[in-house]
Parts: sequence; structure tokens; C-alpha cells
Amino acid sequence: MPRLLAALVILALFAAMPEVASAMGQSSLMTLAARILIYAMAAASLNFILGYGGMISFGHAAFFGIGSYTVGILAHHLASGEPLFGIIPGSGDMAVTLPAALLVSGIAAAIIGALSLRTGGVQFIMITLAFAQMLFFFFVALPTYGGEDGTIISSANSVPGLNMRRKATVYYFILGVATVYFLILWRLVHSSFGEVLKGIRQNERRMTAMGIPVYRYKLFAFILAGMGAGLAGALLANFLRFASPDIMHWTKSGELMIMVILGGVGSFFGPILGAAALLVLEFHLAGWSEHWQLALGAILLLVVLGGRGGINGLLARLAGGRR
Amino acid sequence: MILVLEQILNGLQYGVMLFLLAAGLTLIFGIMGVINLAHGSLYMIGAFAGTWVAAHTGSFWLGLPVALTAAAVAGLLIEMLVVRRLYERDHLDQVLATFALILLFNELIVLLFGRQPIFTPLPELFSGSVQLFEGFPYPPYRLLIIATGLLVALGLWLLINRTRIGMLVRAGSTNRDMVRALGVDIRMLYTIVFGLGALLAGLAGYMAGPILAVQVGMGEQILLATFVVVVIGGVGSIRGAFVAGLALGVVDTAMRAFLPGFFRTFMEPAAADNLGAGIASMGIYLLMAIVLLIRPKGLFAPGA
Amino acid sequence: MSPLLETECLYKRFGGLVATDNVSLAVMSGEVHALIGPNGAGKSTLINQICGELHPDAGRIRLDGRDITGESAARRVHLGIARTFQITSLLEDASVRDNVALAVQACLGGNLRIWDRRAARGEIWRETSRLLESGGLDDRAQARCADLSHGEKKQLELLMAMAAHPRLMLLDEPMAGLGHGESRDMVDRLGEIRKETTILLVEHDMEAVFALADRISVLVYGRIIITGTPDEVRGHPDVREAYLGAEDAPC
Repeated sequence: MPRLLAALVILALFAAMPEVASAMGQSSLMTLAARILIYAMAAASLNFILGYGGMISFGHAAFFGIGSYTVGILAHHLASGEPLFGIIPGSGDMAVTLPAALLVSGIAAAIIGALSLRTGGVQFIMITLAFAQMLFFFFVALPTYGGEDGTIISSANSVPGLNMRRKATVYYFILGVATVYFLILWRLVHSSFGEVLKGIRQNERRMTAMGIPVYRYKLFAFILAGMGAGLAGALLANFLRFASPDIMHWTKSGELMIMVILGGVGSFFGPILGAAALLVLEFHLAGWSEHWQLALGAILLLVVLGGRGGINGLLARLAGGRR
Repeated sequence: MILVLEQILNGLQYGVMLFLLAAGLTLIFGIMGVINLAHGSLYMIGAFAGTWVAAHTGSFWLGLPVALTAAAVAGLLIEMLVVRRLYERDHLDQVLATFALILLFNELIVLLFGRQPIFTPLPELFSGSVQLFEGFPYPPYRLLIIATGLLVALGLWLLINRTRIGMLVRAGSTNRDMVRALGVDIRMLYTIVFGLGALLAGLAGYMAGPILAVQVGMGEQILLATFVVVVIGGVGSIRGAFVAGLALGVVDTAMRAFLPGFFRTFMEPAAADNLGAGIASMGIYLLMAIVLLIRPKGLFAPGA
Repeated sequence: MSPLLETECLYKRFGGLVATDNVSLAVMSGEVHALIGPNGAGKSTLINQICGELHPDAGRIRLDGRDITGESAARRVHLGIARTFQITSLLEDASVRDNVALAVQACLGGNLRIWDRRAARGEIWRETSRLLESGGLDDRAQARCADLSHGEKKQLELLMAMAAHPRLMLLDEPMAGLGHGESRDMVDRLGEIRKETTILLVEHDMEAVFALADRISVLVYGRIIITGTPDEVRGHPDVREAYLGAEDAPC
């Protein structure tokens, strides 16, 4: 039950954020909260394969970027009126763009995962990094969608019955999607498949001896995680009205990993805490000094060397709980 | 023809730089099982320290020992303060801790030197150009880099095949526990290997100075290419790092030089340049993916 | 009667070392078939080929007449081959109950369900409790696997293999590292298990082998030099020479 309570408190905090921000006259707070939600989704999808499945993917930002570009590209073709590849019409309808982002990032994850999961250890880390870099340079080389600068999305995708021109509405939409997303993730983690995945992290040989074809299960998890990151990317594009190669740069993959480890690897709420910690830190430190990455580096180093469990572990220890 | 030759030499020059970095990285991977993302930072530290001295004294050669010392000292410090705690940890912790080091070193360099790139003076003796043969001028400094790289390769080969330390290194990269069982002070071996790797990274960084801009972020650019070299060559294999380094240097340089021209033959120039540059940038990663799919442990993986 | 498991001219080499040299072995349904031989004779390599972790360079493996040489290790579990490991291989972070439950679940199926609640699958928990009770581990169900004694881990491995309801059980040195009393318990357990399944037993503990085995095959340098009843094997001069040592006869 304390978990449920924690979840409700987090939800209430995010729900109150637009009001709080306008009362304080700081609209940037709402932007910060939206980014936390979106990055928490992306980090949680990474945590699913990394924390629960033991797959250290160093290229997860690729799917984040693909989701983002799916929205950007559909918006571009809507504006220009020219269909993509001559057949796929552009769209600015959320009911089209979000499923499209899920589909495209899922397909990309299926291809990249099928190839990468043939390796393991250091090679897996490096090959996922390599695929992400390939996609990064691919989008940099696409002049149609702005190359290095990325493509601008003139307005957030439409949702029937909502005025998506209002920033606060977009924020609440993101909050709604994020809530559903985390509910689904909760089911997933505690499903039959989720239990198998946790077993795979601990001992692949044992799982094989139980009759589990490990490769297939890891691939399935990799695809689901790719889709999760893709969905987060699609929301980010809607919120920023912008899609650029920057969000699939390898340092973004690193940032997602940092969020996972800051929050606590393999803990359900860890990615939310981790994303909040990193982005709030960035928000405050960046205002305080342009050399804020110095502090970030030091903090990260301490967290990694110092103790296990990240913020979530720290909270648990403070509460005197086990683990 | 001359254009092709020139690009091959440029490729070799880039290739030996990759080798200098990859040699250290592959040993650290292979022997200690540690992924060191901060290897590029050592390259950067060597470049900045050496260039700073060279710029103040006006002598390229005075900068060299400073570059080597700075990189080696930084490497030893990293090993003793951070990496030593990571030997028994999983790859995730290693990736994140050394990623944190990148952030730290980059900001420290910004604090000390600012964000503007600085330039290393060319050594007097190697400025200008020499005629390799009639009608083919080439900058001698690049030849110096190639020669240095090949010399280092020879030296490493001798070190590894002809000395006791080398014997331990070879044994360590195939079977870590065996070395421990031999009663060798494995910590000492680790520190030596790490220091040596740092030294080579510093050498590469300083030599790159006169060709590339010395600036924050230079380490990460080459780091990713170095990882590709290490993985293609096979983690832990110096021979693999050498072969893959040179091959990748040439392939990458050639693609950047010739792909846009190739696309221009059937596309409009602007689009061709863009596409060519894009595919050239993707090239080495594509190559790595292909190699890993055929040989998941790389080309020369020890013990494979 | 046709054999349950049959290997035909199985051959496997690592570099210059021939680990499995034309091994043809037949395990009859219902028997306990022991595989003995000195260290390095290739017993584990043979087991690993039968369970599918290694692939032979040549030769065939048949289960109940069906060629399974090309099947994956995971698939073979569903065809009826379960195993234990020489060095226990368990989910160390999980509880004993969760270890068994996962083995039960893996066998029951539905492993790709992403929208159910595993905790609510009563069939899994009933079977898990039954297994834990049968193996005498029910009082340790909540313990973390890493905290178990060596003997308990061996018992747990056995339970997890039984969860698959195997037709053939490959036991890779189930007595290794056990104390005298624990070994005796294990022999009793195997005596129970043999009523439910056929067993191929790799073991160094001769007392256990002669207590359990219906037939014994002796593997030396990758080759089977004799297959026979315990008495035949005990009396065979080559066996004394090659394996048991001329001096100390077994038992």
C-alpha cells in the first residue's frame, strides 16, 4: 500500500504543477515537469530491459529519437501536402501519430534487437551504441527534415475535444498518457512475461534449462522497450514542437542510463525519481553556473561508486525498509 | 591516382592514431574487463597539456614530454581513485562512472582553457611539404605520425612477446584467474597497463594537435571510432587493434573523400554531398555491425 | 524395447582435443543409467550435447526414436529432457519459492503473457507448493536462494528439473560437494525420483552409483569402453585398469 500512496502523491504533484507554476509566475516549472514526465517514460522503458532484463543498451535514445521524428516527419508532410514516399499522407492527428510512433519504433527495435542480441557483454553495449550512432548520422544527413538542425512542428497534434494550442492542455495530455503508460508498465513487470524476464537477468543458462528460449524473450522485451521510448519521443516532439538528431545523440543514451541508475536500477519508480533528479539538478545548476556538468559528474561518480540502489535505495534505507 | 594515394596516406595516419588509442583501450578491456569511456579524456588531456607548453615555449618538442606525463599521471590517478573500484562491478557501473569522468574532465578543461579551440605549432623540421615523388607533395608531419604509430606498434609487439610483463599481459587477457593464481601482484599489472594506455592516448592526442583543433569534446569524437576499432579487432587483442585501426582509418577517410563525388555522378551536387557525408559517417558503425554479426567476438578475439 | 535416448556416433572436438569420440549410448526407458569415468573423460561435454547446450560436430541424438540433434536446448526441455548442473546454477537473488515457481511456469506455458498477473496464477502456486513439499524444502520456501546451503541448492536444482515433468533426467554429479549424510539423503531422493522418470546419472561417488544404477557406461578419453550391469562393470579388467585403478576395487 505505501507504493500506491507514493504513486498517488507523485500523480497529485504533477497534476497540481500547472496551477502552482502560474501561481508562482514561473511558467518554466511546467515545462520542467513535462520534460520530467517524458524522460521518466523513456528511462522507464530502458529500465525495463536494463534493470529487469539485464540488457545494457547504450543506444536507447535511438528509439526516443525515432518516435520524435515520426511525429516530425508526419507533420512535415502534412504541411507540405506531399505524401511520404508518395503514398503515406502527413498527419497532425494524435490518434494517428502516436500509434505510428509506436509502430515505427517497434519495427526499428525489432531489427536492431534481432541483430544486437546475437552478441552479449561489451559487444552488446557497443553494437547498440553503433546502431544509435548510425541513426543519428542518418537523420543528420537528411536535408528534407532539416539535417543537423532538425524539423519544426508548427503545432501540437490534435486531440478531439481538447484545445491543444494551450500549453497546459498539452501538459495534461502528457500526464494522462504517462499515467496510463506506467499502469501498463506495472502490469507488464508483474506479468508472467515480466517474471521470466527477471529470471533471464539473473541466469540465462538456468532459464534455458527450464525450457525458455532466452533470445526470443529478450528480443520481445527489447521491442517493448523500444516502443516505450518511441512513445515518449512522440510526446516530446509534441511538447517541444520540434524533432532534431540531438535527442538520439549517444550522450542522450548516456543520460537515460544516468536517470535509471540515479533512481535505482530495476526499481519501478526509480526512473521517475532519476529523471526528476537529473532534470531538476540541470535546471538549478545550469542557472547557477555554466559549469554545472562538473557538479553532475561528481554526483554521478559518487552515486555509482558509493552505493547501490540510487535514490530509491536511499529512500528505502531511510524508511528502514529492507533491500 | 595521386588523389587516391594521398587519401590512403591520410587514412593510414588516422588509422595509427586510432591504433594508439585502441591499443590501450583493448588491453584495459581485455585484462581488467573494464569499459573505460574516459580514454578519450586522456587523449584530450595530453593534447591540452602539451599544446599549452608548446604554445608558451614555442617548441613542439618541449610539449611532447609534458603531454605524455600529463596523460600518464591523469591515467594513474583515474586508475587509483576510480577504476580500481570498478574491476569487480558490472559493465553498467563502469560505463556510468567513466561517463561521469568525461563530464568532469570536459568541464575542468573548459575552466582552465575556455571553449575556444587552440592550435599546436608544427615542429619546424616537419612543416611545409616534401615531394614523395615527382608531382606528389605530402606534409611530412603526417608521415611522422605514421612512422611514430608503426614504431609504437613494433615496440608494443616486442613488449608483449619478449618481456615478462608482456607474458603476464597475454596470460591476463585470456585468463585472468590464472594470472592471479601465479601469485602475481595483479594490481601492479593493472596499474602499469592502465598507465601505458594513458601514455599512448596522450601521445595520440598531442600528435593530433597540429592537424585537428585542440578543443573540448575532441576526445569523444575519436573515442567512439576507437571503440569500433576495439570491438572489430576483438576485445583484448593488440593485433586486432592494429589491423582494425589501420583498416578503419583508411576506409573511413576514403569514404569521406570519395563518396560525395560518387553520388555526384548521378545526383545533384548539394544532395550528393549531404548523402555522401552522411553515409560516410555511418560507415564505420555499419562495418562494425556487419563484423559482429559474422563474428560476435570480433576478428582476433583472444581465446576464441 | 527401443531406447528412450540414443546417441549415434556422437563426435565433438575442441581444438586438438577430442572430447567425445564416436559415442553411441542407449538409455532404456525406466532405467537409471550411470555414466562414470575419470576427470576429463568428457562426461559433462556429453551431457551438454544431449541437453543441447553444445552441438556435436557429427553424429545424431534421438529421443524416443525422434531425431533431436537440431533442436535447441530450450525445445528439448519441452520434449522431455531436464537437467541439473555440476556447479549449481540457480536464480540466486530470488527466493526458493520463486525459483521453483518460475520452473513450473516455464513448463506450464503462457510465458509471453504481458497482461496477466503471475501472482494470481493459482495452478503455478499449487504445483510449486506440491514440489517444495515433496523435496522437503517447504520450510525454506521464503529463503533467498543465495543463502541456502550447498546441499539445499542441490535439492532445489533437482526440484526445478522435476517441475518440467521430464521423461529423461540428466543429473550431472548430484553428489558433488555433499557431506556423507547429505549424500545418503540424495540417494534416497533419487530412489524416489526414479519411479517417475528415466535417469542418466554422471557421478564420481561409486557408492551412490552402485546403489542406484541398473546399467553403467564407462567413458575414458571421450570413448565408451564398456556398458553393462554393475557387476559386469565391476569385474571388467579394462575398467579397473583405466578408471578405478588396479589397486582399490570399488566397494
